[in-house]
Amino acid sequence: MSHPASASRYFVPQPSHWPLVGSIALLLLATGAVLLMNSVANGGLVLTGGFVVLAVMLFGWFGRVIGESEGQRYNLQVDRSFRWAMGWFIFSEVMFFVAFFGALFYIRVLAIPDLASPEQAALWEGFQDSWPSAGPGASDPFSKMHAWGIPAVNTLLLLTSGATLTWAHWGLIAEKRTQLIIGLLLTIALGVVFLCFQVYEYGEAYAHMNLKMTTGVYGSTFYMLTGFHGFHVTLGVTMLTVILLRVLKGHFTAERHFAFEGVAWYWHFVDVVWLGLFIVIYWL
Amino acid sequence: MLTFAVGKKLERSPLGFFLVRFRERQGLAPMFCHTAGGEAGGEREKMARNSNSKGGSNRLRRGSTGLFIAGLLGLFSSVANAAWELNLQEPATAVARRVYELHTLLLWVIVVIFVGVFAVVAYSLVYHRKSKGHKAAGFHDNTTVELAWTIVPALILVAIAFPATSALVDMRDTSEPDLTVKVTGYQWKWGYEYLTGDAAGVKYMSVLSTPREQIENKAPKGEHYLLEVDRPLVVPVGKKVRILTTANDVIHNWSVPAFAVKTDAVPGFLRDTWFRAEKEGTYRGQCSELCGKDHGFMPVVVEVVSEERYAAWVGEQKQQLAAVAEDPNKVWTLDEQHALGEKVYTTNCAACHQANGEGLPPAFPALDGSAVAKGPQAAHIEMVLKGKTGTAMAAFAEQLSDTDIAAVVAYERNAWSNKLGEVIQPAEVKALRGK
Amino acid sequence: MQATSHTGYAGHHDHDSHGHPTGWKRWVTTTNHKDIGSMYLWFSFVMFLVGGAMSLIIRAELFTPGLQYVSPEFYNQMLTLHALIMVFGAIMPAFVGFANWMIPMMIGASDMAFARMNNWSFWLLPPAAILLTASIFVPGGAAGTGWTLYPPLSIQMGMGMDMAIFAVHILGMSSIMGSINIVTTILNMRTPGMTLMKMPLFCWTWLVTAFLLIASMPILAGAVTMLLTDRHFGTSFFSAAGGGDPVLFQHIFWFFGHPEVYIIALPAFGVVSHVIPAFSRKPLFGYVSMVYAIAAIGLISFFVWAHHMYVTGIPLTGQLYFMYATMLIAVPTGVKVFNWVTTMWRGSLTFETPMLFALGFLVLFTIGGLTGLVLAMTAVDIQLQDTYYVVAHFHYVMVAGALFSAYAGLYFWLPKWTGHMYNETLGKWHFWLSMIFFNIAFFPQHFLGLAGMPRRIPDYAQQFADFNVISGIGAFGFGFSQLLVLVVVFQAVKGGARAASRPWDGAHGLEWTVPSPAPYHTFEDPPHFDQAEAHG
Ligand code: HEA
Ligand code: HEA
Ligand code: HEC
Ligand code: CUA
Ligand SMILES: [Cu+2]
Repeated sequence: MSHPASASRYFVPQPSHWPLVGSIALLLLATGAVLLMNSVANGGLVLTGGFVVLAVMLFGWFGRVIGESEGQRYNLQVDRSFRWAMGWFIFSEVMFFVAFFGALFYIRVLAIPDLASPEQAALWEGFQDSWPSAGPGASDPFSKMHAWGIPAVNTLLLLTSGATLTWAHWGLIAEKRTQLIIGLLLTIALGVVFLCFQVYEYGEAYAHMNLKMTTGVYGSTFYMLTGFHGFHVTLGVTMLTVILLRVLKGHFTAERHFAFEGVAWYWHFVDVVWLGLFIVIYWL
Repeated sequence: MLTFAVGKKLERSPLGFFLVRFRERQGLAPMFCHTAGGEAGGEREKMARNSNSKGGSNRLRRGSTGLFIAGLLGLFSSVANAAWELNLQEPATAVARRVYELHTLLLWVIVVIFVGVFAVVAYSLVYHRKSKGHKAAGFHDNTTVELAWTIVPALILVAIAFPATSALVDMRDTSEPDLTVKVTGYQWKWGYEYLTGDAAGVKYMSVLSTPREQIENKAPKGEHYLLEVDRPLVVPVGKKVRILTTANDVIHNWSVPAFAVKTDAVPGFLRDTWFRAEKEGTYRGQCSELCGKDHGFMPVVVEVVSEERYAAWVGEQKQQLAAVAEDPNKVWTLDEQHALGEKVYTTNCAACHQANGEGLPPAFPALDGSAVAKGPQAAHIEMVLKGKTGTAMAAFAEQLSDTDIAAVVAYERNAWSNKLGEVIQPAEVKALRGK
Repeated sequence: MQATSHTGYAGHHDHDSHGHPTGWKRWVTTTNHKDIGSMYLWFSFVMFLVGGAMSLIIRAELFTPGLQYVSPEFYNQMLTLHALIMVFGAIMPAFVGFANWMIPMMIGASDMAFARMNNWSFWLLPPAAILLTASIFVPGGAAGTGWTLYPPLSIQMGMGMDMAIFAVHILGMSSIMGSINIVTTILNMRTPGMTLMKMPLFCWTWLVTAFLLIASMPILAGAVTMLLTDRHFGTSFFSAAGGGDPVLFQHIFWFFGHPEVYIIALPAFGVVSHVIPAFSRKPLFGYVSMVYAIAAIGLISFFVWAHHMYVTGIPLTGQLYFMYATMLIAVPTGVKVFNWVTTMWRGSLTFETPMLFALGFLVLFTIGGLTGLVLAMTAVDIQLQDTYYVVAHFHYVMVAGALFSAYAGLYFWLPKWTGHMYNETLGKWHFWLSMIFFNIAFFPQHFLGLAGMPRRIPDYAQQFADFNVISGIGAFGFGFSQLLVLVVVFQAVKGGARAASRPWDGAHGLEWTVPSPAPYHTFEDPPHFDQAEAHG
């Protein structure tokens, strides 16, 4: 007999080989990256192998989870577990960004003024406290990335995408499928356009502004923060696409659709990080 | 006194017997009586040693726990005795003395807390055992005591915060120095540059002078094994010396325990600290931040001398400066250059690339037969001038003069199997510097 | 067992469930918290031996002045790997192993909230361990920077450094997933009636620890990522010429690093909070203040990081602030110590091996904590920073603290795990040898540090010779005594006196209501929670 969703019994999944596959994938990825970065033979090959295994694992594992979910295996308690877990996962991601925001803060508020202070003048004569700065050793002039061009547009795009996603969610709750699908499509499209703009912006920066990863701390913080953010947008778009596909397959009900909500949380998190970036990287 | 009693006891215990034999075999000084820090300690030490040859308990007979207890007791007795082996080195500045006293105070505080807490535990362990038929009480809460042991420790901490704060404020006050010296950490040596005072302009490197054979156990170790350098920092007694630290490659740390001075030398930044030595003497410390392979081999030695001797020393340095002042237009011959180059190589390069030029691959490449050392001169000179970022190969442009760089490059190209027989004139280096 | 493994949805047949695998496949694919807990514990012990063997290389080299066995570069590599392996490979996984075994049993859950992810958390460890240990053999060797990986020294290292960086990334993933699992299990899987304030203390310590992990591991990941890009992609986070600052790394590292030391300490506190009441036959004193103290320690630990950086030239105000904040931690820790002491007070004490280790923990951890307080005083720390005093301090809190507590837990729960009583005589031998040799090894290091012997050096001046010999003897004695525990565990796994379901008459908690050995699936339905089992 099949248990109803509210079963009091706990759910324990079957033994699974996906974790091991995942570990092998990461070992390959790490080894490949190490080899590649140190220009040792076959790094690229190993790295690619790692990506392939990782992709297989993700497909297999998430396929499994989706199967279990659609097979009504998850009761309300499992649903609550997922909520806690997604919340804490996003918190850990926030802390990852905190490290980089913290570095930016430290550099702008402490390191650069210190390097330009009279006490350090003996080492770095003539270095001025200013931002953006590529540090006292820099000689190449570069231009700053301005807030009110593409970045402002991108802010608008992401904010809108947050709204369209919520709109899609309303559609899901109200069982308006068309609204749900259109909302998701719009969100994904906005995310993709955002990414395209970002790629274009990087291209411009390299080609015309002499603003590179190697442009001192300004380049470092700019590319690392926006880069990791862009990576998270990519992940978000991918997850949204999976959700869209599942919607098209008829998954989710008005009451039970945590996968949708989890991805929505994630998307809003990416959104908020962008606001932070827009303010401290581009604007101030 | 007890400290030494413990020392003597140890020598007589079975463990100690082994230790003594072992040390004899290794050609080390006798047990438990070595000199550290200032040479001034010797006298007191001898007294201490004499007074403890009698006396002492048989605490150690009780086996290894006894050793632990003896160790603990030794810690206490050291407070009374200020016997430095078990305690901080003898302070040689007012600041160091404050730190010493602060530490003593703290030691007593923690000992009292420890004894207090574990007296209670010991009582329980003895009297509240099941084997003695003690029945367990059932209590599990008491707001009063719980508040008490939150508040009382907090008050203790507030109390010790006062002396801790004032000692620290003192330590950080680098204002109005009589003399300022810039100290630069290099892998693995110290560079001293006098910035103010009579010696302004004097500048030299200070390198470990313990011979390799001693380190490799091929020769008996000297008294100041690993704590000796070719050229110590020389400062006058009683003057406030401000030390500015920085580094060339990685983070080092300039530290002299007797002065309670320990400051990181961070590449690209200047940090400062100060001391005012009260007594003449030689004070020794070590680099105190892991800086790579030879981190254990870059001691700090400070020679504190009288005003007169300092003035004389400054005079000497100035003379040498004038004498060495190079003639940039001098034309060098192969032999002359080889001799100079070898000297420069030994002090600056051999730590990594080794005296025989074979390096320690793969971390430190061999220069014997190296493509760079046998390739075009310009690339070789530039490697030495600018180093290679992201590796231990530092830029030597600031450290070495054109003459030295020309000499060392020429040396590398002529030595070992390279044998190119080239002479490089300083002007060639100069030409490459600007680029 | 096979039948029960399906009970989560009995009768609902899955197309790919061909039963419960056996042999190596069982371990590789398992979703059972007990299997995973055992794997964590075994892994941790193996890593302990590997890390310990490295520490013996260190101690052998330091036995006498002069360079005897290893080159300085290799010494630095051993030092780095010793610390990384001990911290991330031995101590942390040991307590995760305890968490896996005990938390579901303590709170009456069938398993961890995410049993499959739980397996991945474990299986991420071997790749990380492989990367770390293999790095010894690559050109340039392993990272020789100390476990703190400070740039610019770490920028100079060879590819072994990159391997360490990726190992840290993978370990971080493992810890974060494991922690999310634990938090979720504790918050969501307690049996009805077990409120948070009735939950066993071990679960509380892990709840806070997991929070610390989730908050701090990503910070470390960020730090080493910046290191990686500085090494290979030309960024300048840690280079002054580019406007960065090497000290920035230290701030980020210690923002992780200080919570990390409480990540190691808190679960140890948790174990001891179970063992002491059990052998005092008396409820834990001050449960509520214990919980608040744990939370306070967890919170404060995020605001004290720069006490590791007193000599880096941070401003005076910074030094003062961090000194005061650091001192503050002594208060909640003191509360815990006093509570343990009072738990024993007027109890009915017996001294089986778990209790001995808990007592050893109490004495030695307090010594370590008190020397920590000495180090917290900036002016004194400036004398002691980077000397063996610090090494003594942290081995007292980590070896005699965390490791002893882990042994207390091991002996305490071994009957529950294996169904057999362990050999008490051997257990006592193990304790006394450990206790004695530990102190021989590490107590003299206080003196070395006071006298000014720097840490992280392969060779030292002659006045440090004597204590180093003693320390070396202690270390070897301590190391080889640890092999006893292998014997004890093997014996208990193989046979021995049968253990009752509650082998310790003073022990309370749901885990003691199930038979020994605990069945493969403990609570298929939420058990009844009886007040008498509260606050084990
Ligand atoms: C389990 C790990 C652990 C724990 C619990 C602690 C606990 C503490 N540590 Fe320690 N520490 C380390 C692991 C740990 N530490 C490590 C690994 C390093 C070195 C890292 C490296 O550089 O490689 C280090 C280094 C370190 C330093 C830097 C030293 C230096 O490099 O110069 C300092 C300085 O403040 C410090 C302080 C403290 C303090 C104040 C506590 C407090 O939490 C202790 C509190 C406990 C007590 C005080 C005892 C019990 C209390 C009472 C009985 C109540 C009454 C007491 C009073 C009123 C005083 N530690
Ligand atoms: C929890 C962590 C932990 C643990 C458990 C230990 C355990 C030990 N550590 Fe630890 N140690 C650190 C964490 C830890 N350490 C850290 C963080 C550092 C700082 C590193 C740095 O500066 O960056 C450090 C540094 C450090 C130093 C300082 C080195 C230096 O600064 O130059 C020393 C020196 O004595 C030392 C010794 C020991 C010893 C003797 C043990 C013993 O307790 C170990 C006992 C165990 C064994 C000896 C294993 C027994 C096994 C066998 C005998 C059989 C071997 C066989 C096989 C492998 C099959 N350690
Ligand atoms: C702290 C260690 C260190 C010191 C001191 C040092 N070097 Fe180097 N040197 C290196 C390292 C590491 C490299 C390898 C750089 C690389 O990866 O290309 C190197 C490379 C070289 C090379 C190029 C060799 C080749 O085949 O690639 C030359 C030439 C050289 N050093 C000369 C010198 C001279 C001259 C001095 C002294 C004035 C010196 N080095 C001092 C570490 C050092
Ligand atoms: Cu220089 Cu350590
Ligand atoms: Cu800390």
